Amino acid sequence: MSDQTYLLERLPVFSPSHKPLPDEALLCARDLYKGFTLHNQGGIHFPVLEGVSLIVKPGDCVALEGASGSGKSTFMRSLYANYRVDSGEIWIKHRGQWKDIATAQAHELIDIRCYSLGYVSQFLRVIPRVSAVDVAAEPLMDTGVEPTVAKDKVRSLFSRLNLPERLWSISPTTFSGGEKQRVNIARAFAVNYPVLLLDEPTSALDADNRSVVVQLIKEKKQQGCALIGIFHDQSVRKQVCNQSLTFALHD
Amino acid sequence: MKPLLDVSNLSKTYGAVRACDRISFSLYPGQILGIIGESGSGKSTLLSAIARQIPADSGKVTYHSPKNGTGEPLDIFSISESERRQLMRNEWGFVRQHARDGLRMKVTAGANIGERLMDTGHRHYGNIRTEAKRWLEQVEIPTNRMDDLPGTFSGGMQQRLQLARVLVTQPRLVLMDEPTGGLDVSVQARLLDLMRQLVRSLNLSVILVTHDIGVIRLLAHRLLVMNCGEVVEQGLTDQVLDDPHHSYTQSLISATLVP
Repeated sequence: MSDQTYLLERLPVFSPSHKPLPDEALLCARDLYKGFTLHNQGGIHFPVLEGVSLIVKPGDCVALEGASGSGKSTFMRSLYANYRVDSGEIWIKHRGQWKDIATAQAHELIDIRCYSLGYVSQFLRVIPRVSAVDVAAEPLMDTGVEPTVAKDKVRSLFSRLNLPERLWSISPTTFSGGEKQRVNIARAFAVNYPVLLLDEPTSALDADNRSVVVQLIKEKKQQGCALIGIFHDQSVRKQVCNQSLTFALHD
Repeated sequence: MKPLLDVSNLSKTYGAVRACDRISFSLYPGQILGIIGESGSGKSTLLSAIARQIPADSGKVTYHSPKNGTGEPLDIFSISESERRQLMRNEWGFVRQHARDGLRMKVTAGANIGERLMDTGHRHYGNIRTEAKRWLEQVEIPTNRMDDLPGTFSGGMQQRLQLARVLVTQPRLVLMDEPTGGLDVSVQARLLDLMRQLVRSLNLSVILVTHDIGVIRLLAHRLLVMNCGEVVEQGLTDQVLDDPHHSYTQSLISATLVP
């Protein structure tokens, strides 16, 4: 490390709003605004997020709550930079430094998503001809882990999630909703992301597998991971969440 | 991370038509950059201009050769024609929409692959043949077809052969113009999977021009949307497809059956 970068890291970090970032946090979202403009439907504009803020620390699990249409998903997708916010800051600790997701360049976002920020979406994007193990091991391999090690880790998650072994080596194209969801969970849980986003991770699972996922989330929290999720299942939410952020419906 | 390629303010007109209007972007190692837009939006012109196969009116293309570690970046528009040819042989590859344009139809499949190796200085016949065979296997063409002419191959096989011909010299940058256009969906899936694997294992950087949003979703890390010669929107692939801001992108995506 050169002297210059050493100095840079030692400087206190201030966001553009000149408020210092809490040292112990992993993610700090400030004053997010996000609306959608539909150019092909008369240019109608509707606001969804109006000044949402959130700070998460290691071991936190935050439940995003509110009626459907209130902006939970939009907020979570904005944190992942899947949606681009109109204004606000989304600071994440990435490789030991604060990075603002809201203004990061595409190649920086790719790096942030690779190492620091995971996302369990509701639907698995299947790739024709690629086996379940390979699909799920991909993000871990992207971080530089050896393929054999990555695949072993995925297999152990598959077996904890009771995914029948005969499915492991075939493409998930024909899997049921619950089977795909477990592949998706294994895919994200195989990597040690400091921050993990969960979009209804148990929506298609039976009671047994729901409790496996609850256990996996608890382990992540113990390891110091910060989780933010949408949990429609109240008992799951009660067992894992220590905070909530409630969204109000727009008039 | 340093970019592999910088394109800055590239413009090209055909008479009164602006095919490319001040296009700028950077491409990073190991990334696939997708370019979508309807026919006539300037995508193919952009690709040809970057490789200097057609002269641009203005702008700059800078290539930072990884084989040239600390050396000066190459200004593609000012290097000599022989330097450019050498670069195209050694470090760049061009996959054409029509495999026939990228293959030599009068020589065998094996020779199509071997020829590129000979261009880059390989001389040992046995080694070249072994390497050609290995690449046929990589692109899933039966090796007993090695001595057949490409004209006897199906469209999908020809396209895979073209891919082998381009990749055998381990280029750093590959320009692809509609590589899956006109192929059956099943053949397309096979080719896409193959491209994904090769990009990973060879750490390739790719500029992929297509109008197929499904192909983009599966392959591209980043996306540029072109309309009438201009880049109207760009970002991560999922950003542009899931949260399109520009009216042109919104209509392009809403016109897709399965985005």
